[in-house]
Amino acid sequence: MKSPIIIRVKQKQIAQLVSHGKRLDGRGLTDYRELQLETGVVGRAEGSARVRLGKTEVLVGIKIEVGKPFADVPNKGVLTVNAELTALASPSFAPGPPSENAIELARVVDRGIRESKAIVLEELCVEPGKKVFIVFVDVYILNHDGNLIDASAMAALAALINTKMFNYEVKEGEIKVKPGYTPLPVKNYPIAVTFAKINDKLIVDPWLEEEQVMDARLTITTDKDGNICALQKGGYGYFTTQQILEAAKIAKNKAEELRKRVVKG
Amino acid sequence: MPKKKTKKLIDKNGVRIDGRELNKLRPIKLEVGILDNADGSAYIEQGKNKILVGVYGPKEVHPKHLAISDRALLRCRYHMAPFSVQERKSPAPSRRERELSKVIKEALQPAIFVKYYPRTSIELFIEVLQADGGTRCASLTAASLALADAGIPMRDLVAACAAGKVEGHLALDLNDTEDKEGEADLPVAWIPTLNAVTLLQMDGKVTLEEFEQLVNMAIEGCKQIYPLQKEALKAKYIAVKEEVKE
Amino acid sequence: MIKTLLCKVMNLPTFYERKQIVTPGDLLAENDYVAGDNTYKENGKIYATRVGLVDYDNREVFVVALKAFYVPFIGDVVIGKVTEVSLGVWLLDIKAPYPAVLRASDAFNRPFKPQRDEMPSIFDVGDLVIAKIVAYDRTRDPLLTVSDLGLGKIKRGQIVEITPTKIPRVIGRQGSMITMLKQETGCQITVGQNGVILVSGKSPEDEQLAVMAIRKIGEEAHTSGLTDRITEMIKNEKRDVEHA
Repeated sequence: MKSPIIIRVKQKQIAQLVSHGKRLDGRGLTDYRELQLETGVVGRAEGSARVRLGKTEVLVGIKIEVGKPFADVPNKGVLTVNAELTALASPSFAPGPPSENAIELARVVDRGIRESKAIVLEELCVEPGKKVFIVFVDVYILNHDGNLIDASAMAALAALINTKMFNYEVKEGEIKVKPGYTPLPVKNYPIAVTFAKINDKLIVDPWLEEEQVMDARLTITTDKDGNICALQKGGYGYFTTQQILEAAKIAKNKAEELRKRVVKG
Repeated sequence: MPKKKTKKLIDKNGVRIDGRELNKLRPIKLEVGILDNADGSAYIEQGKNKILVGVYGPKEVHPKHLAISDRALLRCRYHMAPFSVQERKSPAPSRRERELSKVIKEALQPAIFVKYYPRTSIELFIEVLQADGGTRCASLTAASLALADAGIPMRDLVAACAAGKVEGHLALDLNDTEDKEGEADLPVAWIPTLNAVTLLQMDGKVTLEEFEQLVNMAIEGCKQIYPLQKEALKAKYIAVKEEVKE
Repeated sequence: MIKTLLCKVMNLPTFYERKQIVTPGDLLAENDYVAGDNTYKENGKIYATRVGLVDYDNREVFVVALKAFYVPFIGDVVIGKVTEVSLGVWLLDIKAPYPAVLRASDAFNRPFKPQRDEMPSIFDVGDLVIAKIVAYDRTRDPLLTVSDLGLGKIKRGQIVEITPTKIPRVIGRQGSMITMLKQETGCQITVGQNGVILVSGKSPEDEQLAVMAIRKIGEEAHTSGLTDRITEMIKNEKRDVEHA
């Protein structure tokens, strides 16, 4: 995947501004872009959410199916996250099998939900070893303007909170649908905060042009208690230990702010 | 969350199931230049991990449109043999393998002078023959040796090591059981001359304080692995030199 | 010895003795030294980029790589294998990161006429060619010529391949090694700077002797007293052959 080429003058400008603690769009180094969030946007899905982070736009739909559990965890439901970098979202996305970027995105979102134990998977077991519910989280990138990870993670969390499962009872091993719905058991709220390193400085929520200038990227996901539950470094550069520890502290605070927006009430 | 545990992984004296103390690495064996056809190669055993790495290049890029005009294209394929794990793994690359291929590549590139050979590709093939936890780090440790063996100019070697949390204890270089049953695993790759962390991942749950300790612990592990890497590289040529002296 | 002393006087620290094995990232010297082959300088410190033997020449610090691939250089004579015949050009593998290009017009010595000229009749896939590099930079693949004395298709002889960094030892100081090799074995020896060497003699035995000697140079390139040892080896071998 080749990214669109960004003119050199602008590359320099971005880097210089960052070293003076400023950004091209006027934000401070640790400011997020404007966040807009809507839930229940796709009626056919059991849960859905649309997140706009600046011009980055992500839609997440949740589908729930009945299936078999994994052999090593027979009493737990199954979580599956997939990400689609739709070709309409950016000239750099090509149709076809998922690229390594799409796979990485899905796996980082997955790791946050899984490791924070956001969904109580035990409650999704119908019959141990035989029948469980499978939660499919499908991340759809609609417009790419940078920081897909944070936008996708927030959209996924909002969609999971929005998800309603049909009521059911088990009769002779068969699932019978009963009237009414119950919410998906979501008990933790992981929030991913992504940093870009430019000119040896850290900024949060990089937009596309900043991503093209950055040396490296670091995503830190924290749960509602402030624990770190997932990490991912990306890009061809590096971080010092000091930068990593500094990022972790910022991530915890930023996540608290964002969590309030995503988990209302 | 209740977890099935047949036995404790760490006893009251802080000794682990394989007899190690919390801050100890597993035994590591490194060999360089063991494949005939590859331009560079290395082999690592770390605990029960057995991993082979081969490097080809720099060479012409195929397909041609992937060539980059101002630097070499580093490509990496991390792959697990079907027989490397308890239950046969499908030989088709999984999403996990593709993600690891990407982060390993990104961890190595800062150490390579890719600008020296524009329009070429450097291809790195990692085959995990037997897996026992911490394969991405062991692969990285061996991969930087294979790159050096291929004569690819590097600013330094990359050493990699994980640290994790097992039954409330922070421990170095988790084995498979500790990784699966433990609370967290944090792999790190490190370039000594830059004091740079080039790979950092984690899954699990740790506090901010534990996180800081884990990062430092993993880097301490890398510091122990780095001299072993240098020794392994030199060993290949010292053998030649000794022969001549006689 | 004098060098070490000098360094101490000038307060220029170096961290290795001459000819010691170093690996990428090893700190070789500090301050006023100049970074030579297979090293880089950052913040006043010089580090190795390849596995090799460190050496110091005045203020220059360099590493003689124990293993490296060939990087094209204008004016180098190389020996390459034809891998592709396409319209108007041959592509040759010269064991470099880039394929080398030889234009048909160069071999025919006039503009190429696709309807008339049979390119494979000059060089075909699998042919070995001695050629000279006439153009090469970061943006384009090396361009070859065969229109010079001693260049062109190889028809007979044997090929030896060694690591290109060891070619200078095969040639020796002011050509001493190669002259000796030619004299003692009676073979014609063409050295490709890309590590490929052609040996052609009156008999296969002569050629075999030269091949053996060159292999030994490749293996022991980093040791001293090499010319004497190689001369002795060839003489011993010849004596053995005569006695047999």
